[in-house]
Amino acid sequence: MTTMELLTWVRGPGMTITIILMLFGIVVRLLEMLILGRKKDLSVARDPASAKYGWRTIMTRSLPSMACLKAVPVTFLTGYIFHIGLFLIVFFYVPHILFIRDLVGVEWSGLPFWVIDGATLLTMLAMLISLWYRISDKVRRYLSRFSDYFVWTITFLPVLTGYLLYHRQGLPYNEMMIVHLVTVQTFLISLPMTKLMHTFTFAFSRWYSGEAAGRKGVKV
Amino acid sequence: MSEEKTLAKLMQDQGVTRRGFLKFCSGLATMMALPASMAPTIAEALENAKRPSVIWLSFQECTGCTESLTRSHSPTLENLIFDVISLDYHHTLQAAAGSAAEDSRLQAMKDHHGKYLLVVDGSIPTKDDGVYSTIAGISNLDMLKETAEGAAAIISVGTCAAYGGLPYADPNPTGAASVSSIIRDKPIINIPGCPPIPVVITGVLAHFLTFGKIPELDSIGRPLSFYGDSIHDRCYRRPFYDQGKFAKTFDDEGARKGWCLYELGCKGPVTHNACATEKWNQGTSFPIQSGHGCIGCSEPGFWDAGGLYQPVTASPTNISDYVAPALVAGAAAGIAAGLANRIKKASAEKKHQKVTNDDLQT
Repeated sequence: MTTMELLTWVRGPGMTITIILMLFGIVVRLLEMLILGRKKDLSVARDPASAKYGWRTIMTRSLPSMACLKAVPVTFLTGYIFHIGLFLIVFFYVPHILFIRDLVGVEWSGLPFWVIDGATLLTMLAMLISLWYRISDKVRRYLSRFSDYFVWTITFLPVLTGYLLYHRQGLPYNEMMIVHLVTVQTFLISLPMTKLMHTFTFAFSRWYSGEAAGRKGVKV
Repeated sequence: MSEEKTLAKLMQDQGVTRRGFLKFCSGLATMMALPASMAPTIAEALENAKRPSVIWLSFQECTGCTESLTRSHSPTLENLIFDVISLDYHHTLQAAAGSAAEDSRLQAMKDHHGKYLLVVDGSIPTKDDGVYSTIAGISNLDMLKETAEGAAAIISVGTCAAYGGLPYADPNPTGAASVSSIIRDKPIINIPGCPPIPVVITGVLAHFLTFGKIPELDSIGRPLSFYGDSIHDRCYRRPFYDQGKFAKTFDDEGARKGWCLYELGCKGPVTHNACATEKWNQGTSFPIQSGHGCIGCSEPGFWDAGGLYQPVTASPTNISDYVAPALVAGAAAGIAAGLANRIKKASAEKKHQKVTNDDLQT
């Protein structure tokens, strides 16, 4: 099998298997969690319309909090930078938009490459700092498990290989394209099975937190 | 023409001046990415080279490669080279027919055993003992094996000979195979393209005549001097790619302004060839310059690598067909797992024994 044939396989059947496994996994995990449900709160709600606090919290928790900035500045800043960076790279880099267009038939305008390039560098820098912080801080290191380092690695590699691919570094283009796609596929397949599932579950957990707080009369 | 005449003499006979010949050699050196100081070496080698015997075998092909090579306008480097090789066997170009044609092949094989160049265009059907393509009652497979045996080197011209090409496309009904998958004990140079650029084959021939060996090749047998860069990296529209300026259709403003054709399915980023630098028709233009994306024809399996108008990042498989089944299967498995968990939870609750006052008293 030549590089080109391998690339075609990775782009074709390889990507198909990836998407199937990812969608299957996401739906299984979400349903499993939702069907299990939560224990009924028997207390009398201070605000009967507590659900609205749940919906509001989904949004408000994305907004920057000065308290968090003061308490955990490194986590706060690197977290924001690499999450926004990843969002821009995945959804506003033209070749990625074309991949999504092919998949779901919807497209939008991309950003110029220098913007994506800058976002990529900042994302990698923020991720490296957050890793360094996790390792250098005793408490964080104690709390970290293999899965935390694994998730960091499979998130970092697609960004790194994408950057090298665009700048023609490391390997010949087609080989680097294969490496990039395989790292992306590893990320997508692992998504439902790891902490990366927070891509979807964040909304549910925020809703529950907001609703519970609202029910108790806490302002959210 | 006598076979003992050197190339220099033959060129002189054709009215090529010494100055013209040296210009030709400098051009070859540049084209093959050799230092300019190599031009005199090339000139000397070509001047003294004897007229080499070339046997050209056409198998499962469309004759496009031959058309490409003979369509160049005179006088060209291609003509100079092709007028001075002894093309002893070529279906399309030879005057002989029937057994006389086959005899000339056998004669050339005998007279130049171990020295002749074998050029192949077209893939070789291997299924059912190669019955799907025969010449003079001989299967392509047998003819290739027989002719390759005494060849000094083999040049696979066109993507079909190099990698199987269109006949190799899924489901490959004839079991089409490339030359290099059948012949393993000879130096093989792949000059893929559908068709390949004429000047590339001339350059490879000149290299062989000059240095007596095949040029440096990449991992899939292509001369690095011509196939070392991707079309995308050498494309004059590349700055538009970097700026994010793309033609969205073939007749929009972007197309008229000559913006990048990536979104219209250009395969330039994953295709290695010299089109963007050598160009076609005397360096006039190449597909991207005339407004159409690269179709990636010099890469193995290009026909199965997705639609010609599908961006290179789009999947060649129709993934959306699998989305609904994946979601349904996920939902079924998720509901089953969820219910199983609930049953487990209920049974745990049922088994749970509450501590009573009496228990505490005792």
